[in-house]
Amino acid sequence: MKLIMRKLFTLIVTLFIVSILAFLAFQVIPGDAAVAQLGVDATPESLAALRAEMGLDRPLPVRYADWLGQFLFGDMGKSHVHDRSVTELLGDRLIITGSLMGLSFLFTVGIALPVGLFTANRQRGSIHWAVTAASQVIMAVPPLFLGLVLTFLFAVVFRLFAPGVFVSHHDNLLGYLGYMLFPALAIALPKSAMTVRLIRSSVGSELGKDYVQTAVSRGRGSSAILRRHILPNIAVPVITFLTLTLIMTITDAIVVEQVFSIPGLGRLLISAIENRDYPVVQAIVVIIAAFVMVLHFLSDILCRAIDRRIVL
Amino acid sequence: MKRGFKGFALLVLALFALTVALGGCAGDRGVAPEDNNGPSETGNMPPVGAPIQGGEIIVGIAQDLGSSLDPHQMVAAGTAGIREVLFNVFEGLVKPTPDGELVPAVAEEFTVDGTLYTFTLRDGVTFHNGDLVTVDDIVYSIKRSADATSATTFVSALSVVTRVEAVDNRTVEIEIAEPDNEFLALLTVAIIPSGHGDHARNPVGTGPFRFVAHTLEESLVIERFDDYWGTPAYLDRVTFRIFAGGEAVVMALAAGSIDLASHLTADMVRQLPPDYYYLVGAMNLVQALYLNHAVEPLDNLLVRQALNYAADIQQIMDILSDGMGHPVGSSMYPAFARYFHEGLVDFYPHDPERARTLLAQAGFPDGFDLTITVPSVYTPHVITAEVLVQQFRAVGIDAVIELVEWTWWLSEVRGNRNFQSTVIGLDARSMTARAMLERFETGAGGNFINFSSEQFDETFALARAATDSDEQVRLYRELQEILVEEAANVYLQDLVNLVAINGRLTGFQFYPLYVMDMSTVHFVE
Amino acid sequence: MRRRNITLIVGGILTAILLILIVGGNFFRPFDPSALNAGHRLAEPSIPHLLGTDHMGRDVFSRVLDGAGTTLLIALGVVLIGAAGGLLIGGSAGYFGGWLDEIVMRFFDGVTAFPSVLLALVAVSLTGPGTGNVIVILGVLFIPSFARVARGEFLRCKNLDYVKRVRLMGASPLRIMFRHILPNSLPVFLAAVAIGFNNAVLAEASLSYLGIGVQLPQVSLGRMLADSQGYLITAPWIALSTGLAIVLQVFSVSLLADGLQRRED
Repeated sequence: MKLIMRKLFTLIVTLFIVSILAFLAFQVIPGDAAVAQLGVDATPESLAALRAEMGLDRPLPVRYADWLGQFLFGDMGKSHVHDRSVTELLGDRLIITGSLMGLSFLFTVGIALPVGLFTANRQRGSIHWAVTAASQVIMAVPPLFLGLVLTFLFAVVFRLFAPGVFVSHHDNLLGYLGYMLFPALAIALPKSAMTVRLIRSSVGSELGKDYVQTAVSRGRGSSAILRRHILPNIAVPVITFLTLTLIMTITDAIVVEQVFSIPGLGRLLISAIENRDYPVVQAIVVIIAAFVMVLHFLSDILCRAIDRRIVL
Repeated sequence: MKRGFKGFALLVLALFALTVALGGCAGDRGVAPEDNNGPSETGNMPPVGAPIQGGEIIVGIAQDLGSSLDPHQMVAAGTAGIREVLFNVFEGLVKPTPDGELVPAVAEEFTVDGTLYTFTLRDGVTFHNGDLVTVDDIVYSIKRSADATSATTFVSALSVVTRVEAVDNRTVEIEIAEPDNEFLALLTVAIIPSGHGDHARNPVGTGPFRFVAHTLEESLVIERFDDYWGTPAYLDRVTFRIFAGGEAVVMALAAGSIDLASHLTADMVRQLPPDYYYLVGAMNLVQALYLNHAVEPLDNLLVRQALNYAADIQQIMDILSDGMGHPVGSSMYPAFARYFHEGLVDFYPHDPERARTLLAQAGFPDGFDLTITVPSVYTPHVITAEVLVQQFRAVGIDAVIELVEWTWWLSEVRGNRNFQSTVIGLDARSMTARAMLERFETGAGGNFINFSSEQFDETFALARAATDSDEQVRLYRELQEILVEEAANVYLQDLVNLVAINGRLTGFQFYPLYVMDMSTVHFVE
Repeated sequence: MRRRNITLIVGGILTAILLILIVGGNFFRPFDPSALNAGHRLAEPSIPHLLGTDHMGRDVFSRVLDGAGTTLLIALGVVLIGAAGGLLIGGSAGYFGGWLDEIVMRFFDGVTAFPSVLLALVAVSLTGPGTGNVIVILGVLFIPSFARVARGEFLRCKNLDYVKRVRLMGASPLRIMFRHILPNSLPVFLAAVAIGFNNAVLAEASLSYLGIGVQLPQVSLGRMLADSQGYLITAPWIALSTGLAIVLQVFSVSLLADGLQRRED
């Protein structure tokens, strides 16, 4: 418990530092937000007025404290480009991208665990080669290309889904999940191939160890050995790896959303980047940073719970 | 462990299916165009039959609609995409017809007496919020859009208005400074309710459709307005689905998930499924490589002329649309039949040799570096820019393309004039020739290319003041000549507008303006 | 028990073939990759046009070669910056240890916690797109992962007997690091380079696909994929060959990386 508390403290400190960095990065670099809003022809008086209105004339720490406070209460500022608050722009998009990531993570685990564990004790022979080769190839396929291939196959050839006409989860939850199926697969397949490889190689190296050999000589069945001895030992590397996978899923989701015309965070982030709409970019960066930090935290805690030997 | 095997087997099966399907399809479906004389006609024609009242359709648009739906702001800011869509929601005192005529809309009739325009309000015209349109709303709307103190809603062409007044509860008088036989076309400006607060987010008009919802960069929904004063629309509901580019629209069309999409290229139309047909119209805009006269070396006439000689418009049209489209030569498109100056089309024939000579004369024997800024969402403009890069390379000019978001283009290129050259299509905000030319007057707000010619300004002043219509036409044509002689821009074409339509839908009409009228579109039995 | 390292051999051969094809292809291409041909658009694969033509009549095979060349150039640049930076910083951290190690590695841990493409996206928003910017941004973002490998290796090697001996002979730390430790760690480091190369290829493809990587008219595989999306129905070979070019590149190099790692084990 004490360990968790300490870890939690570290998490909060890190989040704090990240928030300062994110705040500073977007304060220093993009020039003057007032000029950005009024244009270069604006008079000095109107610029000064807007600066005061935007609070840009106050000292940096005060502005940071203000920004953080508002951010924590869900007020992430206002878009430079659109007449909308960032919170409103993010709205559904967080849910959409979040569920896409969740779904693809479920697929990754759902494919990788069974395949990996089932074939894990086949460390040679035809199944070994088939799985190794297949995973080696699939993990080389970028999700964005896989997305194109899946669109072509299932939308154009088989007409199983309609690309571009995104179904909102407000209208039809089932249709929404159906639409998310292929994008999620495009993200999940290469990831599950990587995970299968990891599981198989971890099990493979455990199989060679003394304690397994002892168990075998005692006449235990192979599935019992797998369950009782090997699984707990490979759980930690697998969880660590899956955490990284989930984090990598963020980027893939942003790209794959474009392939399937999904109105998620990706489209917003990209247009915000191209429009130099810094409040939006800043908000998205901070949210993702927080997500990543929390994920690492949870993963550490989980690993610790499984294996008491881990020092946090 | 059973499930594990199943998962694996499924994976293998899926991979197998993938290989087979891909192999099979590359052979079967990949029909190459035998000839390039036009998108292969598959005998698809608009369906014939009794119109059905009702139904819902999805229209795919590859344009950024921006975030403000304020009709006056739309006209002022110049995002054609949103005007095109909200043409269905708003009406002015008068409105354009597909033939390019102006017919009374919110007004029932009007009289013109020199500088005095008198409009009689049509009985029983209601706003989408249920309120009756009053003369106060009309006065409010005209004043609001003509208000020079407002930076965002100011329609500069309306600055000629000197007086707007409600005479009685059915009559409005509008007076302008000098006689102007193009003024009426400006009164297509939207009539909106005076007491309504949020025009940018929740627009209310009098058109055949009412606004329902707009999700930024995702969709805009309109529904039929049942209390419409005129011929009611057929469709119950139209959803405009916003795509990030033409490519995504085509995929959606191919899968049959949208019913209508315009502004497609010939190669895109060729991919339509068999139960779609397409119509050929004009986009009604002047596509050009617009040149910023304030930056080097484009301030040099010889350089601009060289660019004109280097460009091969026919090749652009061949690649974009199998040769369809209409070269324009100057800042006027053919739908303005009286003003369009066909003789200017070949003013700068494709002549790379001449371009090189001119460049050498200008002091750039080895060419120069050029940046072409293009909004990424408009696929035809992007392709055009790519072709231009090749054509310029042939005369030694090294061009790169900077793809930008549409909102960025609006603020940076059009607003701050911070660019070197850009491929874009400029349309007319109202059905006046002036709308195409006024932006080149020295110091005009829309003069983002920083064009400045005394001769142009003088002629423009004359044209604006001309009361004799023939004289005015002559002057407008002269203005076009000046633009070409000055090589103001590299004028390209009025793009062909290929509209893909679901085989069960008909009634789509082209306008001489950049609009998309949904009120006549309907399903058939 | 020394089995022959098939993975390394196959990966090495494949990578070599690809390299020859890409590098050679940039000198001897069947067509100019940007030459337009309005009358021959979206043509099927045939004898002069091995992979058909695209929507502007350009030869897809030549374009794939050219695009793969761009990708190769960028990936190499990224790996070069990343590896050099990583070696220097990570190596020093590992070799000297202490507070330097602590600070540097903590910081790098923080950076590597984020997806690099995402950070690159944000960075490009500040610098603008373009080949040079992409190389520098990705290169810098790749430094931590290389640093981690270098640190581990240098930490392992610095207490090996022969290193201790050289140190006693009075060699300077820099000399020890690069003359004595580096050759010893080369295979491990090469494997890291190969993995980094692949990540760079994928990152560049994603950025260019999203339109914030390489700028037109420079050919890149990511941008080609974005363009080809609109012609999946009548000309699927464009998307397929472009995508497969990426897959092949990544696949070969990942085999190579695998082989290198396996040799170490």
